[in-house]
Amino acid sequence: MSWFEKPAKAAASASAETVWAVCPSCKAYIARTTWQEAGKVCPRCNYHERLSGRERIAMLTDTGSFKEFNAAVGVNDPLGFKDASGSYKDKAANTAAKTGAGEAVLTGTAKINKSAVVLGVMDFKFLGGSLGSGTGERILLAAEKAVALKRPLIIVSASGGARMHEGIVSLMQMAKTCAAIARLKEAGLPYISILTDPTTGGVSASYAMVGDLNIAEPKALIGFAGRRVIEQTIKQKLPDDFQTAEYTMAHGFIDNIVPRKKLKAFVAKVLRYAGF
Amino acid sequence: MAKETQKKLSAWDIVQIARHAERPNIRDIIRLVCSDFVELHGDRLFGDDRGLIGGFATIGSEKVMMIGHRKGRGVEENIDANFGMASPEGYRKAMRLMRLAEKYGLPVVSFVDTPGAYPGIEAEARGQAEAIAHNLEFMSTLRTPMVIVICGEGGSGGALGIAVGDRILMLQNAVYSVISPEGCASILWRDGTKAPQAAETLKITADSLKKLGIIDEIVPEPAGGAHTDPAAALAAVKKAVLANLASLKKLPLDELLQQRYDKFSAMGRF
Repeated sequence: MSWFEKPAKAAASASAETVWAVCPSCKAYIARTTWQEAGKVCPRCNYHERLSGRERIAMLTDTGSFKEFNAAVGVNDPLGFKDASGSYKDKAANTAAKTGAGEAVLTGTAKINKSAVVLGVMDFKFLGGSLGSGTGERILLAAEKAVALKRPLIIVSASGGARMHEGIVSLMQMAKTCAAIARLKEAGLPYISILTDPTTGGVSASYAMVGDLNIAEPKALIGFAGRRVIEQTIKQKLPDDFQTAEYTMAHGFIDNIVPRKKLKAFVAKVLRYAGF
Repeated sequence: MAKETQKKLSAWDIVQIARHAERPNIRDIIRLVCSDFVELHGDRLFGDDRGLIGGFATIGSEKVMMIGHRKGRGVEENIDANFGMASPEGYRKAMRLMRLAEKYGLPVVSFVDTPGAYPGIEAEARGQAEAIAHNLEFMSTLRTPMVIVICGEGGSGGALGIAVGDRILMLQNAVYSVISPEGCASILWRDGTKAPQAAETLKITADSLKKLGIIDEIVPEPAGGAHTDPAAALAAVKKAVLANLASLKKLPLDELLQQRYDKFSAMGRF
């Protein structure tokens, strides 16, 4: 370390960040250990922070039981898409490097309180959890795997919707994933959809909304059209609770809202009722 | 000559033709493609959407179930039709009619022309996402042949909600896209005026979509667009629909359903 660096101050701020987490919603300072133990849920305001795919898997499955498959199915660039901020190819490569994931969903086999399932977990940090062709392909293969293994399928969604950079090919993933889920249902297997913050657009309008059970985390944003689009269309301000999990359940589209800490036990219980 | 004129059109030019106020709409299709039409109203749950209609129809010698978005002509009709933007009731009515088609052994012909599903408070409250999602699931296993015709605007999920079938036909100057060029430009370019560029980049024209393997067939339009000669344009539509129905009816049901599954599974598999 060179003499002109300021180790003392840097160390001080780093340690503050290590000790304290600031709730993004109510801005309360929470001890980081408490924050982590609570599964990144604010003990003050019940805000559920978004989880990475790996964090979600750790929270929902029996330790060490998740075995990822089809990790080689990755991002495609069918349109050769470039916009003002550069090429989609570069953006996707950067995201993959940053998140350590090859696509916006991780899929594999896992156990939930000893019940064997096929699991798909979306990661909002991967291009906003957008539904690209690689995402759709992984989900289709997961549903087919569930049929082959005669296991329930569980998908945890976190997505802003379709991936514009893949244009129409992204749109078709909605049809493709729903076709695979329809086959799973025809085989008599359970499909449980877990909607987390946010689940909107092309993902809510496809596989996320057709669960045997649709389960949501508290306060998750769930809807079809974006808030801004609706406000611009109807020229009115929208109520604060619009498109929350609570609003969506009150309108009949969610079976239950389950806090993160209880999610694993809840899913396990549902699987028992479903005979698994 | 027609071909040369067509070649000079940019994607953005084609967007303008696809949205042309005089472009043949569902009313013209009923008048010029069908010899009979019996409208069937309502989703049996909440209401009767006027932006998405359907009913029994006869095309040539074929009895079919027809569904389609309804764009109006002029302000009054367009307000009644909500500019072709369907609400959940529309998608649920479409599903009810498709079920009926399955029961009566009628093929389904779906005409797509919408800027998108309606983004409004009531549409959200009544489950726009759920309505579309369930249609996608249902159409993938629908036990009767289904032919889709993208006539004008194929606006994202609102279009796809009635567009999963065995054959996807598209008029030469129609567009089909995951997002409007304006929407894409304002998000990815942060500048709505870059819509022409977004239209090009998104590859939303019939030619591009044929190359991408999304659509099966391009239905030719008269030079200048379908609005210049609706009768000729819709005669071509009728011919294409009948040819496709004839070939689909020859397939055993199991094979039909397997081919449909394979068709959509292969989209975006590289």
